[in-house]
Amino acid sequence: MLLDSKSPTGPIETRWDRHRFNLKLVNPANKRKHKIIVVGSGLAGGSAAATLAELGYNVHCFCFQDSPRRAHSIAAQGGINAAKNYHNDGDSVYRLFYDTVKGGDFRARESNVYRLAQVSLNIIDQCVAQGVPFAREYSGYLDNRSFGGAQVSRTFYARGQTGQQLLLGAYQALERQIGAGQVRMFPRTEMLDLIVVDGRARGIVTRDLLTGRVESHLADTVVLATGGYANVYCLSTNAKGSNATAIWRAHKRGALFANPCFTQIHPTCIPVSGEYQSKLTLMSESLRNDGRVWVPLANGDKRAPSDIPESGRDYFLERKYPSFGNLVPRDVASRNAKQVCDDGRGVGPSGLAVYLDFRDAIERLGQPVIKERYGNLFDMYERITGEDPYKTPMRIYPAIHYTMGGLWVDYNLMSTIPGLYVLGEANFSDHGANRLGASALMQGLGDGYFVLPNTINDYLASTKLDKVDDSHAAVRDAEAGVTDITKRLLDAKGTRSVDSYHRELGKLMWECCGMSRTAAGLQHALVEIPGLRERYWRDVKVLGSGEDLNQSLEKAGRVADFLELAELICLDALERNESCGGHFREEYQTPEGEAQRDDEHFSYTAAWEFRGVGSRPEMHREPLTFEYVHPTQRSYK
Amino acid sequence: MRIILHVWRQRNASDKGRMVRYEVPNATEHMSFLEMLDVLNEDLLARNEEPVAFDHDCREGICGMCGCMVDGVAHGPLPGTTLCQLHMRYFKDGDELYLEPWRARAFPVVRDLVVDRSAFDRLIAAGGCISAATGSAPDGNAVLVPKENAERSMDAAACIGCGACVAMCPNASASLFMGAKLAHLGLLPQGQPERARRALAMEAQANRELFGSCTNAGECEAVCPKEIKLEVIARMNRDFLHASLSGR
Repeated sequence: MLLDSKSPTGPIETRWDRHRFNLKLVNPANKRKHKIIVVGSGLAGGSAAATLAELGYNVHCFCFQDSPRRAHSIAAQGGINAAKNYHNDGDSVYRLFYDTVKGGDFRARESNVYRLAQVSLNIIDQCVAQGVPFAREYSGYLDNRSFGGAQVSRTFYARGQTGQQLLLGAYQALERQIGAGQVRMFPRTEMLDLIVVDGRARGIVTRDLLTGRVESHLADTVVLATGGYANVYCLSTNAKGSNATAIWRAHKRGALFANPCFTQIHPTCIPVSGEYQSKLTLMSESLRNDGRVWVPLANGDKRAPSDIPESGRDYFLERKYPSFGNLVPRDVASRNAKQVCDDGRGVGPSGLAVYLDFRDAIERLGQPVIKERYGNLFDMYERITGEDPYKTPMRIYPAIHYTMGGLWVDYNLMSTIPGLYVLGEANFSDHGANRLGASALMQGLGDGYFVLPNTINDYLASTKLDKVDDSHAAVRDAEAGVTDITKRLLDAKGTRSVDSYHRELGKLMWECCGMSRTAAGLQHALVEIPGLRERYWRDVKVLGSGEDLNQSLEKAGRVADFLELAELICLDALERNESCGGHFREEYQTPEGEAQRDDEHFSYTAAWEFRGVGSRPEMHREPLTFEYVHPTQRSYK
Repeated sequence: MRIILHVWRQRNASDKGRMVRYEVPNATEHMSFLEMLDVLNEDLLARNEEPVAFDHDCREGICGMCGCMVDGVAHGPLPGTTLCQLHMRYFKDGDELYLEPWRARAFPVVRDLVVDRSAFDRLIAAGGCISAATGSAPDGNAVLVPKENAERSMDAAACIGCGACVAMCPNASASLFMGAKLAHLGLLPQGQPERARRALAMEAQANRELFGSCTNAGECEAVCPKEIKLEVIARMNRDFLHASLSGR
């Protein structure tokens, strides 16, 4: 299979403009004749559904939650990047582009990243117009902060609830279109298969989570904006419901899955406290702007943090990376935390934590300033741990947080199935092997507000689509497949709960394919996963029926997909014999212990083609070329 | 610690429903309330009893999906906290707790502790937004917003739409939810052109949804996990009155 990225060529500054000009348009009067399905209602799906409806398309939008406002984008705390250069500190579209390509460890497509940096400007304008209450300076101008490894102040924020406020903006725009009858919303409805007719995506099969009814929805195109797959690891910072089912089942219908091993660990999460733990809570990375990360200098020093004098503390990030200090990128911060814990210097009951200390910042700025900046985060930390971070340092540990990999898409955000578009975290496109802080919100909204609404016209205008109805064999086949999965899960009548299998898979993945990976560990996981999957289908226990609200059954289907996707993640990690970004292979590191990329052999996107469960998928390569940002060893010293 | 629960079990909207007593013998102080329910559900599954259905998603207090009445108080005893952020260290060994779904005519029970809050979505669809089609916006700094207004707007915008205010209100009024949205948008210059229309449209929709009227009982403010202040209701009433009298 030839992967055509459809990336424009020529000067990068004008690529998106020229590309847009070359795309066909749909006559305004014809737009209402087209129906578009959008799955997911987060920043990417919500903004796309609203914008497509504003343009005049008929949109059907689906989410599994009870309301589109619940999507997990809502939990993003820190902020959203935009190259506004409002602070005259040297920022520009080019610099944001440069930082993103470099931050992604040279595994992203230059054209896409440049476009993302360009539309970042429009996103802020759009959100302000919608009434997003961004932080302001006393002058009334928008406030910015520097965030997660950036040396310029380009991050816009709304307290520690930026994701919530941006999502409410998109949600309100979406509800406006629902009120106007231009969007039909299907909450508590889960997509369980993609309908492909004559090689084109023409609809989805859904299950109504309240009635269990399996139903087909047909349309001219399908847009997936269903988020990432971090919950493969069971314990992650994702919402409990976040799942990979939509993208995985589209993958099984022919959409290639790109770079699945590029997963991101977030350095500042609250450590695990016990077996019953249901999820990990992230503390915004903005905390690293003022907090200092340290562990005791001596191995096994069990004194209370306040009893350890300066001379007994190792501020290991500041020591190893003097110019970036506590603000090194996420992967670097996470790996270093793991390293000091592996050395036996971790803190807290489990020994799997490091301190994030605000003592100096409180002395320098005063408690009111710290409270204004991080008050809600401090409150949250205290509620969960019972400790007051104004008095005693926070304990943090890395956790899986975001997945850079996802369905492969071209420059138009179309997958390898014609008519199937993939937006936001669900695609692989813009972050390479590592995502910079405050860039997820930017990509989700960029894709939904400004990219897809331009590119989708071209497909609709240039494609002749035959009429399809429910009686088509492809539709009936997909419906039957979905009904069969439900039946098999209910009929297994085994002995162990869905959660127990999910936990087992998560532990295996965290150990073998987590913060650092080895060929031996990955090979071990690749032997274990098929066995676990086989036991799951034989022995899983799901009570109740498929005809009403059955939360165990919902989970069971999602975990079944995680058990397949996990294998692909490990395989991809094993094949990529280099370290880059979030993918750290212990065999490939510099003498100083930094990630060692191998551009000669691995400067490509690995896009996997499904060949059946348990059969080896086929890898296709999209070579990456860097005309503007020349690959260098990332250095944050 | 050992916790005794009396949980409202109701198969579906037409089922009569009843309280059922359960014991969770192995709770610990570090568990969140929902993790304690997870443990209960694993036990129930092992005994071949169907787990208790409850809504939840982010489990970090921001998505607004979780919540139930704990001993008659929405989201339980800790102020400013959603059920998922409430930890068992706030309870004692041997505590006996009564869990019920949100109680309001506009929020029919779906199953056990799960209710249908789509009425909130319809309030927003009726007009709880600023009509700014994508692409039409001027530069973000073209319109200045005084910091104090932005902060007060953000205070109101923090609403997570969980429905605790409605559940706790003796009148099942959605006034705190609506007031929060009207204050969020009405405190910003961008929200002025539609301010009067927004108040009228949301109020009319609230009546269609059979939410009650506000009698300033203040129960909503007391249980709001985001501590939204009663003043947003006063603001809403002012906006509504002004809009009604000015005939817009």
